[in-house]
Amino acid sequence: MPDTPNSFRIGPDERGHFGIFGGRYVAETLMPLILELEKAYNEAKVDPAFVGELKSLATHYAGRPSPLYHAARYTQKLGGAKIYFKREELNHTGSHKINNVLGQVLLAKRMGKTRVIAETGAGQHGVATATACALFDIPCVVFMGATDVERQAPNVARMNMLGAEVRPVKAGAATLKDAMNEAMRDWVATCETTFYCIGTVAGPHPYPEMVRDFQCVIGDETRTQMMEAEGRLPDTLVACIGGGSNAMGLFHPFLDDPSVRIIGVEAAGKGVETGLHAASLTGGRPGVLHGNRTYLLQDKEGQITEAHSISAGLDYPGIGPEHSWLKEKGRVEYVSATDDEALAAFQTLCKLEGIIPALESSHALAYVEKLAPTLPKDNLLVVNLSGRGDKDVPQVAAMLGMKA
Amino acid sequence: MSRIAKRFAQLKADKRAGLVTYFMAGDPDAATSFEILKGLPAAGADLIELGMPFTDPMADGPSIQLAGQRALKGGMTLDATFDMVRRFRTTDNDTPVVLMGYYNLVYQRGAEKFCKDAAAAGVDGLILVDLPPEEADEIKSYADAAGVDTVLLTAPTTDDVRLPAVLKFSSGFVYFVSVLGITGTASATEESVRRHVERIRRHTKLPIGVGFGIKTPEQAAAVARHADAAVVGTGIVDRVKAGIDGNGKATSGLVPGVFAYIKSLADGVRGVRKD
Repeated sequence: MPDTPNSFRIGPDERGHFGIFGGRYVAETLMPLILELEKAYNEAKVDPAFVGELKSLATHYAGRPSPLYHAARYTQKLGGAKIYFKREELNHTGSHKINNVLGQVLLAKRMGKTRVIAETGAGQHGVATATACALFDIPCVVFMGATDVERQAPNVARMNMLGAEVRPVKAGAATLKDAMNEAMRDWVATCETTFYCIGTVAGPHPYPEMVRDFQCVIGDETRTQMMEAEGRLPDTLVACIGGGSNAMGLFHPFLDDPSVRIIGVEAAGKGVETGLHAASLTGGRPGVLHGNRTYLLQDKEGQITEAHSISAGLDYPGIGPEHSWLKEKGRVEYVSATDDEALAAFQTLCKLEGIIPALESSHALAYVEKLAPTLPKDNLLVVNLSGRGDKDVPQVAAMLGMKA
Repeated sequence: MSRIAKRFAQLKADKRAGLVTYFMAGDPDAATSFEILKGLPAAGADLIELGMPFTDPMADGPSIQLAGQRALKGGMTLDATFDMVRRFRTTDNDTPVVLMGYYNLVYQRGAEKFCKDAAAAGVDGLILVDLPPEEADEIKSYADAAGVDTVLLTAPTTDDVRLPAVLKFSSGFVYFVSVLGITGTASATEESVRRHVERIRRHTKLPIGVGFGIKTPEQAAAVARHADAAVVGTGIVDRVKAGIDGNGKATSGLVPGVFAYIKSLADGVRGVRKD
């Protein structure tokens, strides 16, 4: 293994780097604000009042802890590993995104910011941000690619009902990357009053670290719950990866437990070999975009290429920088699942367990369907059910020729 | 002495501020944008900023975003951009050319090779929008070795405490982004420009160029009263766009339209005498 560090949990360094990844590649206008954010976050995370308020919200508002559920029928069907679902889809707003958003919006209040902006792909982060902004009475603008506005219509309606303004972005392929560009453009003009609530473990430092910290509640709970259920640590963790926040939240607390095998599943779209995919780690190489250095889908010269995925939440040509580092260090395995495999896994879960998963989480399930049968029955496998699929119902129904 | 330093020394001797013109390499096609480049000095440009098209220009407004998309659609590449400068240098060895764009193109070529290639083509400086002083050490030594100036951006949010960190990596001139925001949107007041330029001057002897939101000869003149140069970008890119027909092709009026606009800006800047 190349150059193994003493711990996989010590990053980033004081400049926000995970090895060569991460950093702060932003316009000078934003730099002072990013430094201010870093300072505010470092103060807040050790302030018992902040930590206590976040914990209380997580419990009484978001509904934490989310259950760790033994999926008996699914386990039986696959005929191998003992499968548990970390039920993040049961959180308020229907995904893991609320964990991060409550932390960031509390921080925005603490910093005296009077407006919040966010980018969203599937709309789950947008809905979570709109929700927290409603709760804290802060105006909220969500940037969303016009393509995603179409394919995730239920979430657009939810954001509107919650009082947020959804701004469709028509540039490029009109998906998550373009939404993030537009959010950053807004932020440059409004940074003195506006808090940018990034939805994943990417962007300039301190976002990858901060979002990870807010999401680590997933892995911390899993650890405790598995100890209660089985008296030992899990053997295998699986999560889907777009930017990688649900995966990082589950993985990070286990990175220094060498017995735990950790697997991230990227979106292979129509197949990595077709070029129509969103698997940055599998099909990309390091580059600089959206404030950080990380694996990116790009051409020879460094122009960013369009990602392709059935899942709007994974349809992004980059990935959080800490994942890039963990890939290079060999601590986490990164694999991929295609659109078709995810769609099949979506249907399997509906019928076997009575759970409609998000198309994003269906990528993790698709890989579990391949992996679990190869593992012994005493292998404790946890898959992060990061979101519920209600938002995908119209899209999937149309694809399957059902009436929505 | 570098071309940039020489040019600012000359402007000082002439008792006037300079006009810095930005346009996008390859917009709408390589031949037309070379024609623009070649004619800029005669039209009144004192320094030239040449945009390197990038798919995700996060600090640019719609005009420059679309210009980049037109250039990329037309097949523009970094090699072709360097080649434009190389050919320009066969007829003009005095006007500084500064490449402006985003860091990933530099990173993919390798910072050292990029700086060498740029210098060999006759490029004098680099403005990388998303490379603040916190990350600028990635290119500084290579740029210095190749004799390429690194023009860092300062912004209204860059306070007196932070300014020295920015200036530490700056050479050639200092680029003051006069408004909070992306290119081609808001404009600063003359009073705000004056205040910030005076503030920056207390920290550096480098010439100061001011950009963002300057579109009219009057605005250019107002900046020229305080700064060493006024930078115009979106206004020029809009003139390029006005000269493109419905099929995306350059019309015969495109280049003359750009030059007429630049001459009006140059007249505005040159009308301000600095004693």
